[in-house]
Amino acid sequence: MSTVSSDVCVDIRSVHKFYGDFQVLFDVNLEIAKGEVCVVLGPSGSGKSTLLRCINHLETIAAGRIYVNGDLIGYSERNGKLYCLAEEAIAAQRRNIGMVFQRFNLFGHMTAIQNVMAGPVLVKGHSRRCAELLAMSLLERVGLADRARQYPSQLSGGQQQRVAIARAMAMQPDVLLFDEPTSALDPELVGEVLETMKDLARTGMTMIVVTHEVGFAREVADRVVFMDQGRIVEKGAPESVLDNPRNPRTQAFLSKVL
Amino acid sequence: MHQVHEDQQIELNRPIPVKHYGRWLLTAFLLASAVIVASSLATNPNFHWDVVGEYLFDAQILRGVGWTLALTLVAMIFSILIAAALVIMRDSGNPVLSTLSWLWVWFFRGTPVYTQLVFWGLLSVLYPRISLELPGLGAILDLRTKDVFTPAIAAIAGLAFNESAYLAEIFRAGFKAVDGGQTEAAQALGMRRMKILCRIIIPQAMRMIIPPTGNETIGMLKTTSLVLAVPFAYDLTFAANTISNRLYLPIPLLVVAGLWYLSITSLLMWGQSYLERYFGRGIDRNQISIAPKESA
Repeated sequence: MSTVSSDVCVDIRSVHKFYGDFQVLFDVNLEIAKGEVCVVLGPSGSGKSTLLRCINHLETIAAGRIYVNGDLIGYSERNGKLYCLAEEAIAAQRRNIGMVFQRFNLFGHMTAIQNVMAGPVLVKGHSRRCAELLAMSLLERVGLADRARQYPSQLSGGQQQRVAIARAMAMQPDVLLFDEPTSALDPELVGEVLETMKDLARTGMTMIVVTHEVGFAREVADRVVFMDQGRIVEKGAPESVLDNPRNPRTQAFLSKVL
Repeated sequence: MHQVHEDQQIELNRPIPVKHYGRWLLTAFLLASAVIVASSLATNPNFHWDVVGEYLFDAQILRGVGWTLALTLVAMIFSILIAAALVIMRDSGNPVLSTLSWLWVWFFRGTPVYTQLVFWGLLSVLYPRISLELPGLGAILDLRTKDVFTPAIAAIAGLAFNESAYLAEIFRAGFKAVDGGQTEAAQALGMRRMKILCRIIIPQAMRMIIPPTGNETIGMLKTTSLVLAVPFAYDLTFAANTISNRLYLPIPLLVVAGLWYLSITSLLMWGQSYLERYFGRGIDRNQISIAPKESA
């Protein structure tokens, strides 16, 4: 059914979502092209994290469709009927969608390198030797090769988040979702994580970044989306959304954070 | 007098500690009491220390120790396996399995272990034969219950079923104590439910599960003394009682049994501390040094 052109990576169509009776997403439509860096801004409670979590089916949607690389997420559609996917199929879809969390969520009983190897070894069934080489190169890329044998509890927040980024990349996903990756960090640690993300953006990774870092959006984003009360109220190039916001809510938000 | 640090000119503080006169008083009192108790233990002839010495390594007692240990360990192993299955069923999202698990815990936690042991002992009276017949094939299995359900089996089943209900709740609490973000991160990597459970949740829940499970194991060691209800007549308490009834000397045999229970408990505690250190890796800060070199 999907008529997705080949350069669209994530296609969000008329998505609605409720928590009980409370509607958190209203008719959200968004297309993210391959290699695009899309930054989602908005006040707390505007639904931006929820939208992100719908993309890998950590949250279910009440209406609409989400496609990643033309693949309908969470369901299969046959003869106009929607069927829930089995757990295995959902897990398979998630393998192509990396996610970085606000609270890092590194596996506490594994060292940094074991965390990065977890995907290739436990999910893809790669050999340890192979996975270790890949993990080491990723840790080098995020500047933490010397911390490979340390446990998350021995790392700073910024280091943990960089390991988490390496862990997500180890699955070689088609798209990386960032859920407020710097919100739990001390101010002096935010820079190193943003630097890692910029580096990633330069390599052509498709990224959807929910954040409050307007500076990052201006510098790295191909497109900025502004959400408020469950709706996308403005989207466009960073210069236009950040410098000449048309929507009064965007204007109010930016005047507070800038 | 001031002491000055060698290379730097820092005058170190040398505060005079708070004096705890009460502690000294209490220590003196307790020492005096200990001396009185010890001398009474040594001098009171009713303890019959010679009999204690004679029977501490008696063959019947040692066999009792062996059976008690075997009952404890085998019953714990089975109860751990059953409890693990119960927790997985409970959280499976399958309403049938979840209800079954709930009923099991409700029943075995809701009746006394003594009653359950008597029941398993009487099973061969209730159902003298166990047989399985398939339509068209006839009987493919036909056994006398008392041949299958021997007193040892009945004792182990009774202890393990009862214990599994308590352990299931301990395991469930341990799983719940692992941060939900761990599951989400594993899901986001594309792991399936059982893999998340085995590789992410259980290794981290062990830290919370081991201390109360050790507690339960030590409790089980003592609960084995109830297998008399089956009746199973080889455990440590039964052996000690048999001898004391023969000698008309209950006290020294109680001391013998008590000493053995204490030594086994000490052994179990030592084993537990090892397990705690292993599963605390990465989380308990002082135990990070035993990090395995091997990988995920």
